[in-house]
Amino acid sequence: MRPGLNKLQTGWHALQRDRRSVVITWLALGLILACLPFLTELSLGRSWVRILDFTLLYIMLALGLNIVVGYAGLLDLGYIAFYAVGAYLYALLASPQFGLHWPVWAILPLGALVAGVFGVLLGAPTLKLRGDYLAIVTLGFGEIVRIFLNNLNTPYNITNGPQGISQIDPIQIGGIDLHQTQHLLTLTIPSTHLYYYLFLIFTLLIIFVSIRLQDSRIGRAWIAIREDEVAASAMGINTRNIKLLAFAMGASFGGISGGLFAGFQGFISPESFTLFESIIVLCMIVLGGMGNIAGVILGAILLTIFPEALRYLGEWQQLLLGRVWVDPNDLRLLIFGLALVLSMIFHPAGLLPSTRRARELHARRSILAQEQDSLYEQQR
Amino acid sequence: MMLRVANLHVGYGSINAVRGIDLQMNQGELVCLIGANGAGKTTTLKALAGMLLPTQGSITLWDQPITTLASHQRVQHGIALAPEGRGIFARLSVRENLLLGAYLRDDHHAVELDLQQMYALFPRLSERTRQIAGTLSGGEQQMLAIARALMSRPSLLLLDEPSMGLAPIMVQKIFTTIRAIAAQGMTILLVEQNAKLALQISQRAYVMENGRITLSGVAAALLANPQVQQAYLGG
Repeated sequence: MRPGLNKLQTGWHALQRDRRSVVITWLALGLILACLPFLTELSLGRSWVRILDFTLLYIMLALGLNIVVGYAGLLDLGYIAFYAVGAYLYALLASPQFGLHWPVWAILPLGALVAGVFGVLLGAPTLKLRGDYLAIVTLGFGEIVRIFLNNLNTPYNITNGPQGISQIDPIQIGGIDLHQTQHLLTLTIPSTHLYYYLFLIFTLLIIFVSIRLQDSRIGRAWIAIREDEVAASAMGINTRNIKLLAFAMGASFGGISGGLFAGFQGFISPESFTLFESIIVLCMIVLGGMGNIAGVILGAILLTIFPEALRYLGEWQQLLLGRVWVDPNDLRLLIFGLALVLSMIFHPAGLLPSTRRARELHARRSILAQEQDSLYEQQR
Repeated sequence: MMLRVANLHVGYGSINAVRGIDLQMNQGELVCLIGANGAGKTTTLKALAGMLLPTQGSITLWDQPITTLASHQRVQHGIALAPEGRGIFARLSVRENLLLGAYLRDDHHAVELDLQQMYALFPRLSERTRQIAGTLSGGEQQMLAIARALMSRPSLLLLDEPSMGLAPIMVQKIFTTIRAIAAQGMTILLVEQNAKLALQISQRAYVMENGRITLSGVAAALLANPQVQQAYLGG
């Protein structure tokens, strides 16, 4: 009893001492996040603030996919379809397409809901599928949604087909049009900055929900299903409902993100929702660390910013070698792919693996080793 | 009567593994179901746990029909299975496995107490709470499977081949523990290939052959039965 108590006491003291530094860390982080668009504009230019906005959208997407793939272990290769559903819902309800101009606060929750329903629509027929088979069906689902959007201009024009929908209403909050530069006292806040703050709020909200889910009974059920579905049902877990919930929750994050994207961009077309986008979002969570929220965020940041940074390759070639030898666009994807391969070789569990995932990888190796040992024994 | 199984038929597609069996259990009994490989023992247990749905017949628990309930609903009704081949969560820790056993329970405090009780019952597990379950030895995994099933506070515990693939000394240990759990009042249905050990610790027994129950009665009597001795106890 005694040593345990001592440990508890020292732990408490450490916490008290630490609380101050924790508060300071959070304050500093908050300050950085608040100033980030201005710092970015000063150092890198306005276009990079836009990239920052997209980074936040991708973080939301990656966290949504993380629920399906990272927590519940259901490999989804058509995730971008939910982003598309959210985006098109916003575009149809707030553009001249149907002459509707709903407020953003009505559309976004509806977008989350409709995307969630689509998630269940995808989940219900695939309940018995796992691994590769599930991946193939979800891949097909993503393509079906995109092709529908591409072709729903006849016989009735709903989505305007490949031309996409333009003149989408900008997001307005309390009479503030986020497409217009705003003035606050002496501060001039451009539109990209305004969107940054809006996206930041939603991202923080989604991070909060993710954390709460992870530590909940539902989160534990997801992990159990990921590990062994039969055993999970023997524990009293309703595997069907819990899997559908994972699809619905993940999809609703994508729906919100899609709605914000449509309002931000002002124009959407099926081209934005290709298989490649699904793969990129999947890469974000695999690279960052599946199942770990911080890892997923890191992955999203790296994979959004890195390809953009590589756009400068042309200028560097010009500068260093006198002329552009390789088209930066080709080189960009090449280096991007190489970086992914390297990181998978050296960080198979992701850059910031969840403690559980790291243990699992380690355990799998020792289980394998054990099995080999016993096989060896039998042979002898 | 706690559990009543009547005319139970279970099949895999066109193959009938269990062909009309009747089985009863009273509260607090330790009953074993023995038989050769492929006799239908595990299939019977899976049907009781809801992993397979019977094609015919009925299962009632405390006079309530549970025949059509899914496995997760049967856990709510108090049936827990320690499956064949253990079926533990190999990549989760021992503690996480045990906590998942208590998934349906809301009484966190009592769950924590039960956890301590499981560690007392299986001291080997208490030394390995943070260890990944897949790295445990076969016997320890079996202990974990039983402890995890107990964590749901079942009224009926189903054990499927707890001796499978274990060294004799470990088998002895597991069976001693099963007897201890039964002595605390747990109702246990034990499926076993090791007929001798199973009959020694059980009160009653059923003998299964080709999907049917061919013999049943008091375990001690079956142990002395020449027919049983020749078929299952090595003469």
